[in-house]
Amino acid sequence: MNTQILLSAQTLDIQSCINWIMSPESGGIDVFIGTVRNATKGKKVLKLDFEAYEPMAISEMNKIAAQAFERWPVQKILIHHRTGLLQVGEVPVVIAVSAAHRDAAFDACRYIIDTLKQTVPIWKKESFEDGDVWVAAHP
Amino acid sequence: MKINILAFGVTREIFGSGEISLEMTNDATISNLKYLLEQQYPRLKQLSSYMLAVNNEYALPGDTIHERDEIAIIPPVSGG
Repeated sequence: MNTQILLSAQTLDIQSCINWIMSPESGGIDVFIGTVRNATKGKKVLKLDFEAYEPMAISEMNKIAAQAFERWPVQKILIHHRTGLLQVGEVPVVIAVSAAHRDAAFDACRYIIDTLKQTVPIWKKESFEDGDVWVAAHP
Repeated sequence: MKINILAFGVTREIFGSGEISLEMTNDATISNLKYLLEQQYPRLKQLSSYMLAVNNEYALPGDTIHERDEIAIIPPVSGG
């Protein structure tokens, strides 16, 4: 199988993502690791809480991977995303793409994270010292 | 027909529940459902946007809803 999609309440294992994506056919691996930042617009972030509509999130992530395979000559695609409570510095998302040549891996990886943020039904609530906010919910 | 609507994120808080039930006519569309939801939960109108999904696919306003469809309200997503 050349696609690996995972939604997990457990810590994402970056090394096992890289081990899965490596192959003798690949000339380049592109890995994007999203991390929980300690501030938003100058306000200190305490933690993030991620919630997913799981069956649809898996289905949308599979669609994005299929689109990337259509658009670029890539060999393998991995998308792992967390659910639950994450502290500053923890990893909510890992995307890894392998290809014979680096351009396709870079372009597909960028497309996958950008599209995931627009279409995959996952939500995060940011906790600040003065309260919680569902990100992007209100104008 | 009775339909159930799953809710996540900010919409789960607006509904006060992860799932609500509504009574609708048999040929109801997604836009009929949006109208009904906004009547009952006016705070939906304050959101940046929201979508409805039917059976794990984003739905269009003219799509018809069938009994036993899995319907979900999808507020602005913010994964990654």
